[in-house]
Amino acid sequence: MSDPQPPRGDLPTGADLDADVAIEEPAASSPAGGTAADDARATAAGPGTASTDASVPPPSRWHTVFQQIVTGNAIISVLAVVLALIVGAIMIAFTDERVQETSGYFFSRPSDTLLAIWNSVSGAYSALFQGSIYNFRRDDFLAGIRPLTETLTFATPLIAGGLGVGLGFRVGLFNIGGRGQILIAASVAGWIAFGFDMPWGIHMLVALIGGLVGGALWAGIAGLLKARTGAHEVIVTIMLNYVAFYLVSWLLRTPGLLQAPGSSNPKTPAMKETAIFPELLGPQYNLHFGFILVIVATIVVWWILNRSSLGFQFRAVGENPNAARVAGINVKSIYVYAMLIAGALLGLAGVSQVLGTVTTGFTAGIDAGIGFEAITVALLGRSRPWGIFIAGVLFGAFKAGGFSMQAAEGVPIEIVLVVQALIVLFIAAPPLVRTIFRLPAPGSGPRRPRPIVTKEVKAK
Amino acid sequence: MSTTVQQPAPASEIVVLPTTVVTSWKAPIAFAVFTLATLGLAVFAPRDGDTTFRWSTPSDVIQLPELTVPAMPTLWVVIALLVLATAYSVMLVSTRRRVPLWLIVVFAVLSMFGFLTWAAAGASLPMIGLLFGSLSLAVPLIYGALTGVIGERAGVTNIAIEGQLLAGAFTAAVVASVTRQPLLGLVAAMVAGMLVGMVLAAFSIKYFVDQIIVGVVLNVLIIGLTSFIYSQVLTPNAALLNTPPRFPRLPIPVLSEIPIIGPVFFRQTLVVYLMYVAVAVVYFGLFHTKWGLRVRAVGEHPQAADTVGINVNRTRFWNVALAGSLAGLGGTFFTIGSGIAFNKEMTAGAGFIALAAVIFGQWDPIKATLAALLFGFASNLQNTLSVIGSPVPSEFMLMLPYVVTIFAVAGLVGKSRPPAADGKPYIKS
Repeated sequence: MSDPQPPRGDLPTGADLDADVAIEEPAASSPAGGTAADDARATAAGPGTASTDASVPPPSRWHTVFQQIVTGNAIISVLAVVLALIVGAIMIAFTDERVQETSGYFFSRPSDTLLAIWNSVSGAYSALFQGSIYNFRRDDFLAGIRPLTETLTFATPLIAGGLGVGLGFRVGLFNIGGRGQILIAASVAGWIAFGFDMPWGIHMLVALIGGLVGGALWAGIAGLLKARTGAHEVIVTIMLNYVAFYLVSWLLRTPGLLQAPGSSNPKTPAMKETAIFPELLGPQYNLHFGFILVIVATIVVWWILNRSSLGFQFRAVGENPNAARVAGINVKSIYVYAMLIAGALLGLAGVSQVLGTVTTGFTAGIDAGIGFEAITVALLGRSRPWGIFIAGVLFGAFKAGGFSMQAAEGVPIEIVLVVQALIVLFIAAPPLVRTIFRLPAPGSGPRRPRPIVTKEVKAK
Repeated sequence: MSTTVQQPAPASEIVVLPTTVVTSWKAPIAFAVFTLATLGLAVFAPRDGDTTFRWSTPSDVIQLPELTVPAMPTLWVVIALLVLATAYSVMLVSTRRRVPLWLIVVFAVLSMFGFLTWAAAGASLPMIGLLFGSLSLAVPLIYGALTGVIGERAGVTNIAIEGQLLAGAFTAAVVASVTRQPLLGLVAAMVAGMLVGMVLAAFSIKYFVDQIIVGVVLNVLIIGLTSFIYSQVLTPNAALLNTPPRFPRLPIPVLSEIPIIGPVFFRQTLVVYLMYVAVAVVYFGLFHTKWGLRVRAVGEHPQAADTVGINVNRTRFWNVALAGSLAGLGGTFFTIGSGIAFNKEMTAGAGFIALAAVIFGQWDPIKATLAALLFGFASNLQNTLSVIGSPVPSEFMLMLPYVVTIFAVAGLVGKSRPPAADGKPYIKS
């Protein structure tokens, strides 16, 4: 093309700064890097130490294992969760009325205050646990385990959305447009699900595909505009969120479009039985077929990113678009493909909302903040498919537990947002967590010198 | 919008679009799209009656006459002018010249005039109220955009503007309610915004956490914190903690009597006057002082800045913190600026719109301010038109600013280029 502007040389604006999300950080915060690199480093360390440390007696195996645990990733994640829960506990305690009352006479009877603090915090957190994993107040196991299935139900759209946002991160695209993509996908899928008569199974499939295509196309607008005109995807996706919201609101209140016949509420009719996702565990649980779809989606995204040539191009563009362009990758079409796939994944979140979770008709609030939560999920999962899966389940647990905590203990559910945000923040800043818990930094002290193989490992 | 998609008889300008691309064809294409959209309005949804534009409020000393125009003839005149402007831009581009900024401005004003004439046919349009409201709605956006501009010029991407606005709104409401002093609320809000900025800076500069992560997470954190405290503490004690006093309107003696400009710009609250100062100071500071040179150096080429003895990370830290205080100040608009009690997530995405204004305004304080004003105008246009009864469903009016922005970003602005080191941590080696 005879485009006079410097092609994409000085480009990609948000692209390269977002790329860092996905890439292992450089040496300065190397342990922050994903598990992959650390595992690789650990395995590669074996032969390295044998050759370099010939003169020095090797440290005992237990010491090495201890060092790896203390400096590794898992401990940081666990400690981050612990820290976030501690901060949450402090907030719960400080805002509890009973605590405030008793603290008035703290110095005459401190035990009252401490007891009140203990009651408020333990009450809230046990409600959180019983709402998200296992309810001990139920008699039999089948009823007791119901909260866990609720967790997975809440996790379903979060994982799907997280995969979409995370895939964007890997390509260096920051997709804030989850809300719009979910809304459009939900509307298309919902419209097919209540507006048509089709046999069981086929109906669901058609609605599912319709939703995925809707989400993909909506996101594709942003991808196409970025590729063709250089419009920044952050602006375009934010704007498309609002456009989708008002579009769907209008469709919902206009008779003959999405509005339920004979109703004046901006709400659709209920989905037809033939299109609803089947329940996985029977009618007493809410867990639906969408969860299976999300597992499949995770595998597919993992395969695309790690095994396919398209995924290789995705990652290449994400790491350095200029280098990718020089290497002969069509960066522009990669942006479009990435947005299409990301939109389809967020669309899956929307479809699972209307066909699985809220089947009695939806409103313009069907996205339920998932589009933004998906960003946090993707960040916590470090843009890796299985990481996102786990992060989604964790956030699903917080969501499920948060509702029961609010109902049982009167602790506002927003505390969950605080805890979630702190977890991501702490996990992203391992040096901070290490400082707080006085853990040794990796590579410090008597630890064997770190072999310089990370570069090669990364380049695989 | 459905009317815009249909294609009326293609005007002559579309024929010349094929890709003998030499200069950017974006402006002519965008012009053509907007012209066709206006034409679509005239052809498919003609309206009768006269449109009255009111340029004065009853309390003004100098009363301007009302401007009454017949709707349809005026619209056709406007369309003719738009076609001319489009043709001129096509001519310019085909002779390898740039489309000048004034043409874009004239085009925008003309098409907006045409649209208003059409939408308000048979009614009278209070232009002062429209513009005044636009400026008011743009206040938090402008503050937020200034925050974003300073941060990104210094090399720190600030996604947390939303959180800073919310923190400012919250703190202002609580402090002003307790002390009954809006001024103290203002100061507290600045401190709150600055604290958020410091957290952002500390995590991204000291711990090298990805700036987008910190920003997104800070938004969630502050939404969570403020909503939690609101539900748990503010709601039970609303009388004490959440009944903020309102900033009084301070008309500036002489200036406020100037027709049009006076009522719009000079009968505002302190928050708005501070905004004028802030825009001017940030513009002058960034481009005409040593401070600005350092900020920009640190954001464009930190190594070079370091070489000449600028402490990159300290510069970044303090500028992000300082910029945060501006966003906190902007947040006061939501509570003490309007005399409204704090509510959960009351900023409703204004921070993201401000972020869009930063990018739309190409990291320039003045352009970002103009972009924010555009957003404010568009949101207030919907309010005004829904009052006088608009033929368009209100959802489409609400959608309009966002659609226009997409077109503008794709068509008129084109590729935006952020500061070179924006978003990259500086690791001294």
